[in-house]
Amino acid sequence: MILVGALLAGLLFGGGLMLSGMTNPATVLAFLDVAGAWNPALAFTMAGAILVAAPAFLLVRRRSRSVLGAEIRLPDRERIDAPLVGGSALFGIGWGLSGICPGPGIVLLASGSMQALTFVGSVIVGTLIARFLPRPRAATGTASAGVQR
Amino acid sequence: MTIDADTILRAFAGGLMIGGATAVFLLVVGRIAGISGIVGSVLKGHMGPRGAFVVFLVGMLLPALVLGTGPAEFSLGLPGLALAGVLVGVGTQVGSGCTSGHGVCGLANVSPRSLVAVLTFMVTAGITVWVVRHGGVL
Repeated sequence: MILVGALLAGLLFGGGLMLSGMTNPATVLAFLDVAGAWNPALAFTMAGAILVAAPAFLLVRRRSRSVLGAEIRLPDRERIDAPLVGGSALFGIGWGLSGICPGPGIVLLASGSMQALTFVGSVIVGTLIARFLPRPRAATGTASAGVQR
Repeated sequence: MTIDADTILRAFAGGLMIGGATAVFLLVVGRIAGISGIVGSVLKGHMGPRGAFVVFLVGMLLPALVLGTGPAEFSLGLPGLALAGVLVGVGTQVGSGCTSGHGVCGLANVSPRSLVAVLTFMVTAGITVWVVRHGGVL
């Protein structure tokens, strides 16, 4: 049953990205281009997603197990450090260059285009490179450094 | 500005679906639906509870495999996409999240950490687009 939920979530996520238009890099770049012909669509997509997701986070705050008994693991909410800011800054540069973030990248793989394959292949390379980077100050006391979103 | 009601409605409706996906994944699988985190886990050999991460990724691909991805206008050639992809891969792992993990899940979870991440990547992405399109670079 956990897998049925995972499949349903994946279908909704992929379908939602397609319906929203966010699988088109040009739509995303038009949102980021505030000095050009600005297209606010991405803000509406994020707002819609947060609106539905927020009550679910409230629901699981008091639980340690999901409705089907899987362990609930939520990431750290408080720690603001150099890796968070530096990593996010690098991600933003890559996102601004391409107009593609990981979710739409995966959906675009379905086209089999060289562009999508090159992008996602490079994301995988970058993901593997990140493992060999030294971590300034190992996280103290918690395992949160290993919790990735 | 290029705003028409249909575009905005579709953007919002798609967002509701992504939020629904995030809620289902959280309530059933017990994890946040952050794509860079899920991809990073799978690449480490952690497939999630009963392989839920892999099933989720397959589910994400299915609508596009059946319906086609729709328009995808790339502004970069392959070398540019490769550079951007590496930056996205390194950045999301070091920064622990992307638009879904920090942008949707983190903000829905009222996380100050994610708010800082989102503001950071929005600003650097905006600056990058400005430099490329209006700054006379590249």
